Amino acid sequence: MSDFPHTPPKMSWTFSNDTNAEIRRAAATGIYDIRGGGSKRRLPHFDDLLFLGASISRYPLEGYREKCATDVWLGTRFAKNPIHLDIPITIAGMSFGALSGPAKEALGRGASAAGTSTTTGDGGMTEEERGHSKTLVYQYLPSRYGMNPDDLRRADAIEVVVGQGAKPGGGGMLLGQKISDRVAMMRNLPKGIDQRSACRHPDWTGPDDLEIKILELREITNWEKPIYIKVGGARPYYDTALAVKAGADVVVLDGMQGGTAATQDVFIENVGMPILACIPQAVKALQDLGMHRKVQLIVSGGIRSGADVAKAMALGADAVAIGTAALIALGDNDPALEAEYKKLGTTAGAYDDWHEGKDPAGITTQDPELYKRFDPILGGRRLKNYLKVMTLEAQTIARACGKNHLHNLEPEDLCALTIESAAMAGVPLAGTNWIPGRNGGF
Amino acid sequence: MQTFDLAAQGLRALNSTLHGLKGQTNMTSWEVINPKGAHAIAVGLDAPVDVTVRGSTGYYCAGMNKQATIRVKGSAGPGVAENMMSGTVIIDGDASQYAGATGRGGLLVIKGNASSRCGISMKGIDIVVHGNIGHMSAFMAQSGNLVVLGDAGEALGDSLYEARLFVRGSVKSLGADCIEKEMRPEHLALLADLLKRGEADHLAKPEEFKRYGSARKLYTFNIDNASSY
Repeated sequence: MSDFPHTPPKMSWTFSNDTNAEIRRAAATGIYDIRGGGSKRRLPHFDDLLFLGASISRYPLEGYREKCATDVWLGTRFAKNPIHLDIPITIAGMSFGALSGPAKEALGRGASAAGTSTTTGDGGMTEEERGHSKTLVYQYLPSRYGMNPDDLRRADAIEVVVGQGAKPGGGGMLLGQKISDRVAMMRNLPKGIDQRSACRHPDWTGPDDLEIKILELREITNWEKPIYIKVGGARPYYDTALAVKAGADVVVLDGMQGGTAATQDVFIENVGMPILACIPQAVKALQDLGMHRKVQLIVSGGIRSGADVAKAMALGADAVAIGTAALIALGDNDPALEAEYKKLGTTAGAYDDWHEGKDPAGITTQDPELYKRFDPILGGRRLKNYLKVMTLEAQTIARACGKNHLHNLEPEDLCALTIESAAMAGVPLAGTNWIPGRNGGF
Repeated sequence: MQTFDLAAQGLRALNSTLHGLKGQTNMTSWEVINPKGAHAIAVGLDAPVDVTVRGSTGYYCAGMNKQATIRVKGSAGPGVAENMMSGTVIIDGDASQYAGATGRGGLLVIKGNASSRCGISMKGIDIVVHGNIGHMSAFMAQSGNLVVLGDAGEALGDSLYEARLFVRGSVKSLGADCIEKEMRPEHLALLADLLKRGEADHLAKPEEFKRYGSARKLYTFNIDNASSY
């Protein structure tokens, strides 16, 4: 041994342990990694924004005393029966097939108890969800699995899904392990085979066609239902403008943190934009068209807390949607199940092989032995509690900013912690009046 | 017969009136005049009524039809009878792209030609085309029957599941996982019934057709099949 000190082992940032592990996995299997959930990379997010709160120039509202309203109307542009929700936090579309029947029931129970809506998904409308959801949004997807006019008419709103944040431009695949008799019947496909969900609609292409498709849906449903258009966070300015042009009542914008039941990891992590970068562009499109607040904007992708809700709304959203967070509230990735996660080769908090149907929490599975473990009444109660907490948190922040309604939050209430988030959100870097890309110097 | 002048009375009134027939039996025969290529004519019907459209239609005529018999005395634009659940839709002329898309039941008859993507993602509907069909027809077709008395364009039945395709003429090319299959007696019987219901039994015989269906090799994702997708 030399007396001279050795250079300590140095790991590569480029070839990190995670990267190398994926190279080895690919080399061994010859197939890309498929998983559920949304982007796991560190992205500019709502954590990079702060509220300024009231000061001498503006006064706050008294917590627990002065009212801060939370309700929201959705679909006021054309629909005869717009939706009125008590809180601006909705449940995003998640399919029966990806989720178990009891999990869908729990989403309906929790959302209804909290005064908000839930959304179907790629696989049709289940009785569990319709029966337990006071307000149910029915997704109109490229696959049209289970699509029928009776369910269209018993929905409270229709969401035409163009894309989703986890995979803008991508379709889906429900692997055969999750294709039970019931799932197969609802989708008109043989049991046990992999089911491809198309990436684009079979009977329209482009915004001009979409306008006519929406006309058809409105005619079928007597112009009663609000029509949402959901897009993934890719080109939010143009997608929002085109959705408005096509006749949407509501635009749903999903950033890349938004989850999926299953797709390629390379897709999830490398396609789309974080929701923080999407919201200001969508709001600008609405403002440029004179349609802000007339066509409502729902945003999703990584919403976790009342602070996130308040920040999204301060940037101009009318409401938010949660998916992954709702599943966690139901019990997904709970450390109490750590022993079972270990058996699956993962750990609580990291479990994302939802497509395999082995979820020990009984949520992302069609295995009766597993989904029997899940109590939809308890799950619904947990979701209701979580939604209530998020609402209280958002109200707390809004009152501190002197706002008597969550909708009165505005970009002026915000500052950014990083140059990136300042540029994306269009709010000043903390301690400056600098919005990168807008007004020049400090 | 009840007559509805679409140009004078408007689309909303037409569909609202036809929807109002659900559960009624005393006004079962309707004609729509002056359609002038309007979109969404007679969509979402749910009653055993006969509707004759005297002229050509735009997009999505007879969309999501249940029970009704709708006859177009002209040609139909894109997406005719899309997602039909039951009933019968008959187009005397040609049909544009996506005819019968995602249809789950009922019978669609096209007496002229159908354009591209006829029967795309069909889920149980029966489609009888007296003429030719365009490219990518029966793409991802799940179930039901597509009968073509003429020729089929490129990539017929690409990535199809359990739908049955019967073509009398030439097929320019077959799509991924679509193969010619044996025509067994039960298929000839099925075809005879479809030709009769499709008002085509005087035009062709079942023995003149070839049957195509899924090789079922792509039903489970396999990296070794990547070049097929």
